[in-house]
Amino acid sequence: MSDQEPVPALHVRGLARSYRLPSGPVHAVRGLDLTVPRGEILGFLGPNGAGKTTTQRMLATLLPPTAGQARVAGRDLVRDPAGVRARIGYVAQAGGLDPGCGVREELVTQGRLHRMPRAAARARAGELAAELGLTALLDRPTGALSGGQRRRVEIALGLVNRPEVLFLDEPTTGLDPGSRAGLWELIRRIRRDLGTTVFLTTHYLDEADALCDRVVVIDGGRAVAEGSPAQLRSRYAPADSAGTLQDAFLALTGRGPTEKPLAV
Amino acid sequence: MTTTAHPAPAPTRIPRLPADTAVVFGRCLRATLRSRTNLLFGMLQPLLFLTFFGPLLTRLDLGADGSPWQTFVPGILVQLALLGGSFVGLGLIVDRNLGVVDRMRATPVAPLALLLGRTLRDVVQLVAQSVLLVLLGFAFGLRAPLPGVLAGLAFVAVLSGALAALSYGLAARLRTPPEFAAVANTGVIPLMLLSGLLLPMSLAPGWLDGLSRAVPFRYTVDAVREVFRGHYAAGTVGLGAAVTLALAALCLAAATRLFTRAGRG
Ligand SMILES: Nc1ncnc2c1ncn2[C@@H]1O[C@H](COP(=O)(O)OP(=O)(O)O)[C@@H](O)[C@H]1O
Ligand SMILES: [Mg+2]
Repeated sequence: MSDQEPVPALHVRGLARSYRLPSGPVHAVRGLDLTVPRGEILGFLGPNGAGKTTTQRMLATLLPPTAGQARVAGRDLVRDPAGVRARIGYVAQAGGLDPGCGVREELVTQGRLHRMPRAAARARAGELAAELGLTALLDRPTGALSGGQRRRVEIALGLVNRPEVLFLDEPTTGLDPGSRAGLWELIRRIRRDLGTTVFLTTHYLDEADALCDRVVVIDGGRAVAEGSPAQLRSRYAPADSAGTLQDAFLALTGRGPTEKPLAV
Repeated sequence: MTTTAHPAPAPTRIPRLPADTAVVFGRCLRATLRSRTNLLFGMLQPLLFLTFFGPLLTRLDLGADGSPWQTFVPGILVQLALLGGSFVGLGLIVDRNLGVVDRMRATPVAPLALLLGRTLRDVVQLVAQSVLLVLLGFAFGLRAPLPGVLAGLAFVAVLSGALAALSYGLAARLRTPPEFAAVANTGVIPLMLLSGLLLPMSLAPGWLDGLSRAVPFRYTVDAVREVFRGHYAAGTVGLGAAVTLALAALCLAAATRLFTRAGRG
């Protein structure tokens, strides 16, 4: 690694994945190229079924690609999956919490799964809880938390090993506006204080706009555009539109994504 | 935030599987202990058989020496291992749908430990339930030598481990709980009936006895019945041990394959 060319957090070439179904193959991701510098917050913006989750699960070593290569945190995805796993955090849309399990136990166990000694895992759990405002919740079962609190715990689990790259799959879907704003602030803080590269997926334009340094628009398994939110607006929103990211997105995908989440 | 970022994890070649398995086992065991209703319901069925079916046998001649309880309790133990072991996969499907499985698979923990830790928890749970059943059996009138009971529990442990592992392997390849329950029921119920758990196959007509010889659990339950009677050197015991261990090896190999390759399809 030379100073001139630092190893990017993600280096993806020709990544593809098809699912074999009785009805025929589904090409979920078709030849994705992506380079993400360290410390960037990258937004993967696309409608449902675009291939966002499939891409993240491949990069998190959970799903073998059918073609292509990727280096994640400098490690080869296929040749060194264990090396990748040690350097990433992955928070699925489903979250990955056992509702019966207490917050502290989830955090300590996650540290143990990262092969920390018991005392270190306990210390790390306390430290993360303090940083993410979870200390008062440590002895609650995760099933007794609000949606926003649960998301914080899930992200805390993803941070246990001080990852170089944090994958967040639709982190704010289903959250109320207050929790969303809080989560955006948390994600910014993770990047600022830890230097963590954050790769998040979303189908909310306002989220991509507010949070991401760079946005890759994905549709039908292909990246159809990329750039900063401002660049995407000026490049793709039609001249006769209001010039919002929404207009750019419509022009790119021919579909209207969700403008605002439902406050439930 | 005060933490330092990105320490390079120490490269090691130490075999991690036992330590990883212990971590997963601990987590699963704590979950089991939390859900006491679950523990109780697992016990309910064998308890009912013991209480409401066992006494029917006390006046029957089951065609073997010893008391009918020495024939019946081993059958109930193997039934517990069979039913208790086969359906544990449902828990994996639930955990997978919650995202728990992916969250753990994205850590450096040995993938096989996720299978073995769970399986070990099931073995501990089923053996503990078996101990309770044997104690209750004693209250009803079972008499069996301690070494025989311990040997019987060893059979239960190996069998429940084999079936639990296979159940997880299967669950790793199926999508929904109903799908899993259908497959498991279809497999388990005929095998259970054919292995002579409630009444020994020595009572069966020739065709049924012959058919049941193709079912491995029959050899397990026959062996447990022998050791409960204190016959340790009988050929039935050796055969039962060999069949049970072979079954366990097969199930574990199949489960490892199914489990660690899940998601590749
Ligand atoms: N396990 C699977 N089996 C078959 N098809 C799948 C599977 N997972 C996803 N797909 C299909 O792949 C495409 C991309 O899905 P996904 O990556 O989940 O999209 P997104 O996360 O952007 O909504 C969709 O057409 C979806 O139906
Ligand atoms: Mg998705």
